[in-house]
Amino acid sequence: MTVADLGILRWVRVENGVAVAGVTPTYSGCPAVLAIELAVEAALRDAGFEARIERVLSPPWTTDWITEEGREKLREYGIAPPVKASGSIRSLFGDVAVTCPKCGSTDTEKLSEFGSTACKAHYRCRSCLEPFDYFKCI
Amino acid sequence: MAVWEALLELADDHLVLGHRISEWCGHAPMLEEDLAMPNMGLDLIGTARTLYDHAGKLEGKGRSEDDLAYLRDEREYRNCLLVERPNEDFAHTMLRQFYFAAFMRPYWLAALNSTDETVRGVAGKAEKEMAYHIRHAGEWVIRLGDGTEESAARMRDAVEALHIYVDELFDSSDAARDAEAAGVLPVRADLRATWERTVSEVFAEALLEQPKAAYAQRGGRQGIHNETLGHLLAEMQVVHRAHPGARW
Ligand SMILES: [Zn+2]
Repeated sequence: MTVADLGILRWVRVENGVAVAGVTPTYSGCPAVLAIELAVEAALRDAGFEARIERVLSPPWTTDWITEEGREKLREYGIAPPVKASGSIRSLFGDVAVTCPKCGSTDTEKLSEFGSTACKAHYRCRSCLEPFDYFKCI
Repeated sequence: MAVWEALLELADDHLVLGHRISEWCGHAPMLEEDLAMPNMGLDLIGTARTLYDHAGKLEGKGRSEDDLAYLRDEREYRNCLLVERPNEDFAHTMLRQFYFAAFMRPYWLAALNSTDETVRGVAGKAEKEMAYHIRHAGEWVIRLGDGTEESAARMRDAVEALHIYVDELFDSSDAARDAEAAGVLPVRADLRATWERTVSEVFAEALLEQPKAAYAQRGGRQGIHNETLGHLLAEMQVVHRAHPGARW
């Protein structure tokens, strides 16, 4: 899983010999943003570039930017990927059918709107009884 | 008055409320709420950070987000009074959160058309986060209002205690009016009907009535605060002030 798979790393370009990377936060208060920015900067330096990070706010990050590969990697890791079409109000308010990343059942229930991080909710599968994290739509 | 001061007011609202709900961390009545509170606090504080940073740049005197958050005294804070109200019990906390989010969601939706690019960027994230806050806090308002005799009584107490702070949400200071005229921020008074609709829908389910405010308590935008804000700032600022310029 890379920050590019998650759509957090927007672009990298070389400007006047300096590698500039555009990074966008997932949630406003995501505590990982700084760590991600430092890691990207370090990776660019390790590759021999002078580096700079630009924080990109607009347009805002959406879970729709997670690549197919990224979604598959989330699932393998045990995190249910976000239901698509986050732009619709339904996915924010309606109770969407979340698929269990372990057994594939859609017979799941939400335990908590807010999970271990701001971007995840906590769910439980009624079929295999495993608890799991769900990457919330935004 | 300058646009940066209007952004500062908005940032203060978010930081103070974000800090307030973070006070529940480790004290919430159940684990999932212990996760929910700091998560909602992070949303608000994250929004505040971007707004402080932007306000500092527009002011042009080199003040950083830390300078603005940690080195201003109570009288220099411009948050509305609702957000500094103490947590009291869960009914107060959730109603305060619900009132604020019910205001901020349409606010940020309108700010998607701001003439300021940073404001548009903040708005794009914050309107979705506020939708979650409305839902989460709104569900608690309903659960407690339409709950036991005890929970319903506490919810009614919270409504009684907080409704005098509602009108101030819709006031625009001189700075805010200038920012509104420049198309940077939405006109606060225009959001009243949407707010009323959101609140009345939830109150109907919660079996609560919205009292008519006999008077409205104001003053936050002029720096006139309740004594509780001083305690909050003291706790929030003490480390930074004890170690000026410290970074970590
Ligand atoms: Zn399962």
